[in-house]
Order: sequence, then C-alpha cells, then structure tokens
Amino acid sequence: MKIRIKFRKWGVMKFIGHLDMMRYFQKAIRRANIDIRYSEGYSPHQIMSFAAPLGVGITSDGEYFDIEVNETLSSKEALERLNRTMVDGVEAVSYVKLPDNAKTAMSLVAAADYRLSYKEGFKSPYTKSQWQEIIRKYFLEPDSFNIIKKTKKSEREIDLKPLVYALEVEGDDENPSFFLQVSTGSTDNIKPELALSSVYEKCGLSYDENAIQIHRLEVYAREDNKLVALDAMGEEI
Amino acid sequence: MRKLALSDEILMKIEKPARYIGNELNSVVKDTSQIRFAMCFPDVYEIGMSHLGIQILYDMFNRREDTWCERVYSPWPDLHKIMKEQKIPLFGLESQEPIKDFDFIGITLQYEMCYTNILQILDLAQIPLLSKERSDQDPIVMGGGPCAYNPEPVADFFDCFYIGEGETQYDAFLNLYKEMRASGEYTRSRFLHEAAKIEGIYVPSLYHVSYKEDGTIAAFTPVYEDIPSVIKKQVVTDMTPAVYPEKPVVPFIKATQDRVVLEIQRGCIRGCRFCQAGMIYRPNREKNVERLKELAHTMLDATGHEEISLSSLSSSDYSELDELITFLLDECEKKKVNISLPSLRIDAFSLDIMKKVQDIKKSSLTFAPEAGSQRLRNVINKGLTKENILNGSEQAFKGGWNKVKLYFMLGLPTETEEDMCAIPELANEIAALYYETVPKEERNGKCQITISTSFFVPKPFTPFQWAQMFDPDEYLARAKIVNDHVKEQLNHKSIRYNWHEADVTVLEGVLARGDRRIAKAILYVYEHGGFFDAWSEYFDFDLWKEAFHACGIDMDFYTKRPRSEDEIFPWDFIDAGVTKDFLLREWKTAMTETVTPNCRMRCSGCGARKYEGGVCFEDKN
Repeated sequence: MKIRIKFRKWGVMKFIGHLDMMRYFQKAIRRANIDIRYSEGYSPHQIMSFAAPLGVGITSDGEYFDIEVNETLSSKEALERLNRTMVDGVEAVSYVKLPDNAKTAMSLVAAADYRLSYKEGFKSPYTKSQWQEIIRKYFLEPDSFNIIKKTKKSEREIDLKPLVYALEVEGDDENPSFFLQVSTGSTDNIKPELALSSVYEKCGLSYDENAIQIHRLEVYAREDNKLVALDAMGEEI
Repeated sequence: MRKLALSDEILMKIEKPARYIGNELNSVVKDTSQIRFAMCFPDVYEIGMSHLGIQILYDMFNRREDTWCERVYSPWPDLHKIMKEQKIPLFGLESQEPIKDFDFIGITLQYEMCYTNILQILDLAQIPLLSKERSDQDPIVMGGGPCAYNPEPVADFFDCFYIGEGETQYDAFLNLYKEMRASGEYTRSRFLHEAAKIEGIYVPSLYHVSYKEDGTIAAFTPVYEDIPSVIKKQVVTDMTPAVYPEKPVVPFIKATQDRVVLEIQRGCIRGCRFCQAGMIYRPNREKNVERLKELAHTMLDATGHEEISLSSLSSSDYSELDELITFLLDECEKKKVNISLPSLRIDAFSLDIMKKVQDIKKSSLTFAPEAGSQRLRNVINKGLTKENILNGSEQAFKGGWNKVKLYFMLGLPTETEEDMCAIPELANEIAALYYETVPKEERNGKCQITISTSFFVPKPFTPFQWAQMFDPDEYLARAKIVNDHVKEQLNHKSIRYNWHEADVTVLEGVLARGDRRIAKAILYVYEHGGFFDAWSEYFDFDLWKEAFHACGIDMDFYTKRPRSEDEIFPWDFIDAGVTKDFLLREWKTAMTETVTPNCRMRCSGCGARKYEGGVCFEDKN
C-alpha cells in the first residue's frame, strides 16, 4: 500500500540537509511504529522516497515523501503517532493513501510555490508598489526574460518567462515579500532565488542571499494540464 | 523557538551547521534558573556525540530538577576561525547561551591527543586558560574520564577532576555547590577546598609537588591537613540499577556511533598487561540480562535507531551473552534492526551469530593477538593462542568467510626481531590454512589477510607503566622489519600490511606519563595555532618539538628513561583500586614470560576487591 506524507519544516531545522531529513524520518517512522515495508537482503532498508530535495537554509510548508506499508493506521492516528516524537521545527501534516498504480512523488513533481521575504535586520531596497512596478516593467511585460544559467559544467542562456508561472509582490508597502510559482523537477528545475536575483540584476541591484529567507509553500504535480498539490492525489483514511 | 548563537550567514558558510544548532530529539531544554552544567567532549560533534559516558552523565544530571546539563563540542577549525574573529563566545547546544556564564564546565578526557582542544574550548568560551587566573565569576572547570587517571599534564587548566565513575559522587558535589551558593558562602577557593573533601574529587591547586635533582618526583603533598592525600577512584558497585540513558539524544547528522549502545558490563576479567581500561575499570561488573533486555527495548523505541551494539571491553566474557543475543536476534528480526557485534571471541557460537546478522561475503573476522609470538603474548598476558586463531579461522573459512583482520602492537617490552617476524608468519599460516581448507571450486577469490600494527604506548595504572619507549625512527624500523618479512611469505599476495604513524605515538607517550611541567608545552602549542591533534591533517609534530624545546622539556625523560621500582609517579596519589604492588608484581611476572590467570579462574589480589562488587564476589553470596 502506498502512502504519501506531507510535512512542514521551520526554524533551526532549515539547517538540516535533505539526506539528514531522510534519516530523521526513517527513525521517526520506527518510533511511530508505522508498519513500513522493507527491502530484502542483509541490510533491509525502508521503502521511502522524497519528492523534491529542499536546499539547506530553506523552510517549507509543503515537503513530501512516499512510503510503502504492509498495513496502515488511519490518517489521524498515523499523524498523531508521528508527531508525538517530533523535534521542534518538524510537523507531519498529512498522511494519504495513494492508488496502487501511483507514480512516485519524485517523478511527478512539476512546480512549486515559494515565498521569499526579507530576514530580520534586512530591509527591502524598494516599497511594495515600487517592486510591483519593476516586476511589471522588467518581467511581466516583455515577451521574454533571458538570463544566463550557470551549472557546474556549463553556462547557457535560458528564457525564464515560460518557467516562472507566477511572480507577485505581497506583504505591506514597507515590508514586501515575493510569491513565486516556478517549474520544478528533473527537466526544468528553477530555483526561486534565480528569478528574484535576475530581477535584482536587471534593475542594477546586487542580490544578497543572506538577506532573503526562502520558504517553500507547496509542491505540485501536473494532471490534465492543471497543477495539483501532491497530497491531493491520495485520500485520507 | 530559541534564537541561535550563530547567524544564518555564518551557519550557511560553514561545514555541517547541524553540529551547532542543538534541537536534537531527546535533547533536554529547561528553564534557566538552574545549576548550569556544560558537558564537553573536546572533539568534533560527530565523535563527541558517539560517546556513551557523556550520554550517561547528561541523562543523570538532567534527572536532577535543579540542574540543566547541556552539551558542548569542539567547533571545527572553519567555525573556530570565525568565532575568534568575531569574538563569539562558545555556547551550549541546548540553550545557545555562552558557557562562560554557566556554573560548571565538565570536560571529558578520552585520549591524550585532545589536550590542545581543551584549551580551544576554554579560549573560545572566553574563560582564562589557567585555573589560577580564574575569578569567582568564572565557571568551575572540571575534568574526568580515563585520562584523568593521570591528570597532571593538564592540571594547570582545571579547577578540579573527578576520578572514576560519575554515577557515585556528582550528587554530593552539586549539592555542596548549591548549599554554598544559597548561604552566600561561595567563593571559588572555598568551594574547591570543600569539594576536595568529597571522595574522588581532586583539586590540583591544593596539592604541592616537589622534584628531586634527577627530575623525578620527591613528594606530592596536600597543602591543607583536612583534605585527603590519596584520591580514591569512584566505582558503581552494582551496575544493574545504575542510571542509564533510556532516551539517548539522536543526532541529525550521522555520528560515528549512529546506534543504540547497550553497556553490558564494565571492567574486564582478562588483565592484559598493556591495557589501561582493563585495570582502571576493575572490578568487572555485569549488568543483569533482564535489565539489558528492557533497556534495549526502551532505547530502540525512544530513538528509532536501526542498529544496536553491545558495549564492553570483552563481550565474550559476559556470562549471559547467549541469552542476551538470542533475545536481541529475535527482537531485532521483528523490528528490522541490525545488530553490530563488538569484539567477540571467534568460536562456533560467535560464527553462528555472525552468519545470522551480517553478509559473510562483505564481513571479516577480527583477531587481536596484539603480539606475533606466543612468547610475547605471554609477556603481555594476552591469552589468545595460535591454536585459538587457527581453529577460529578454519571454522570461519568453512563457513564461507575469506577475510581476516589481525591487530598487533609493535614496541612492546622485551620485543625482539623474532617476535616481529612472527606477525607475518602467523598471517601466512592463516592464508595457507584457507587454501588447505577451502577447495578451489568453492573459493570466492583469494583470501585477504590484513595486518595492522600500532605502536605500544605505556599507560599509567598498568603493569607496563615502568616500560621504556623508543624514538620515532626505531618504531618505523620495526614496522619495516614486519613489512619486509611480509614480502618474504609464500602467501604474501594474500596479505596486506598497515602501520600507524610513529610521531603521534611518541607524543602520546609524553602526555600519558607526563607530570605538571608538561602543561607549559601544551599551552605553547595551542598559542601557536596547534589543535585537533587527533586529526592527522592538523597534527604538527614539529610544533610540539618546538614547544618542548622552548619550555625546556626533554621528551626522552618521559618516554625513553628507565623508571626504577620505587619511583614516585605523577599519578601515584590516585588509588585506582589496583595497587602499585600488584602492578609491580605483574611487571615482574611479565619479564618471566608467565601468564596470570583471569579473574574468574583465580583471584590475583589486584586490590579491586575492596570495592565489594562484581566478579570478586561472584558465586560468593
């Protein structure tokens, strides 16, 4: 039986990397006595796969992983048991059963929502309305938004416009923040800070990554050309 | 949520920020109106978090309502640099508050090569490095652990030491502190004077050492009449009801010991003459098997760890091992928990268990004969015989194993070239046995025999505390003899040989049997940028040599000099249970190449019987 679990990660837990979060949940699943399936062999491991790795420093309301279980508790009881021994900064928020033929979350990831805001002690160079104007002028109105994407191996020019589905300014005038919906996954993975820092560059500002807290809000799959939150693909039990 | 001591900017820049944020499962957060105790392991987080003793004390202190114990580890050099530059004071992981504001800093001394890291901790904490320079506002800095059995080389850095097992006297110690604080009587010097009257507590500043012209100790005397002249090692008489961390802290990052550790006994019945642990943890005391089953269960549930391992100096000597392992196999099968087996004696029983818990193709057999020849094994009192090794190997080869690891020491007292050559010869015999035992068609490639040698360092409170050491070149020459002889063996293609570095050995030797005069050199090294000596990438022997030279200390005095039978050693003021008479008797018996039977076979009158527990009283209820 396939199960998808959604969790939140905040506070100091943002410094725990992806692999260590996996280890954390392997132990959490044991503590909660969830009847997870194991692989065969001398060192059996839990059948568990994460949707989209979250970088160190980023907080999230929408992290996902899939597991297989022999038998399941109700969603409510499973969450209760998991959260009984959680550390401060992690909370399991949904536990849904997937159809037997469901693909793994990892292979389905298509987009993600983020909020980028200024950390305590850092001020935005512009007000909310000024930012709205800048984004309209540099990002929304032009037909394309070309940037140089650097990877370890190469540099290539790409057009961000078709890959950034939303870029909006939120918050209040003195303390603006940014909402972004970006293409995510194995084909076109866009980091939200790439979009924002490119806007910074276009208006001649230098982007300070230490000033911005990145927060992931949700992760989506694409179904019939629509974005669906990963846990909406299963049902509560 | 707590505010971290380090900014996001710093944490994003350094390696493994998880080392510094605390918040681990089962870590303890209390309100701040308590006795604040910083429990420190002076090495990097992953090493320190793996240490059982710290987990026991952390649990024990935090059971007290009036005490909040936090953990502190050595910041890695990347963070060290930033903390120095930005003057960020070292903090406790739980509260993230500076430990200079705590009541106590307890530092465990597990190996000599961490001595410079003690100074790093104090320096980053912004506490004066020398005890005599601290004021009433500074925390009390105390030491403990195996190296505290000769605390003298680091005595200047500590206000007091706890000698022996922490379970017995800490309550009295903390109560004394609390009372003196409450009554307003507290000053650092008054407290230390009172604390020195508690059994097991050693306050170095209250003892005076005088030296003879030849540099050896003339006398070691207390400066007050109302404090003991001998410090008695503390021992938990009955291990079964002793406190044990039922909910150990679970690190986020992979620690060296990422598993449940079940301490099945303390001490060892064997009496190997080189082994400090085998002497200072006497008498051997077992924990009741029912209690262990209960603990295994509770700890696995509380941590979610996927592995459990047994901790003891010689697990095969645990009298109810069979029952314990049968229980664990059953329990772990259900929970899909791996069992990691510590140094078990290789026999039919252990091979049978090993087959059940590990992949034979990948695993190897481990023997620690420690010396190559039977003659030298008799000298060191290592009971393992060639027959034991060959029989064990033969059974293992029949069972499908083809990898054997052998551990030896070079530089043991009385060692000759013949003893050295016996090492590769033994490896060759094992390899030959493989080819005799396993028919060609059943072989899974060649067999692999790996020989590792370390260099022997004499330790206090062992029969070999009188032994002489050598120069680094001499150690390397001995390793070369072994290496050359490996190449001459018929089965040399099946044998691999690794040896340790010699410089570290010599330094360890100086620090292990050093006296108070050594502290200057440790301070010199730290002040000239040396620390993390336990890490070969940071160890700088030239800097140490420069330090000893600058401080007028002759390393040979501590390593190569013959010591007379009546010499007063720097650690003689400690009563570790085993008497100096016994150790000397053993030293002399060693020279006659005679084995002393283990504690279960015959009591050899070592002195530990006075602790009134453990093996000394088995079957004598």
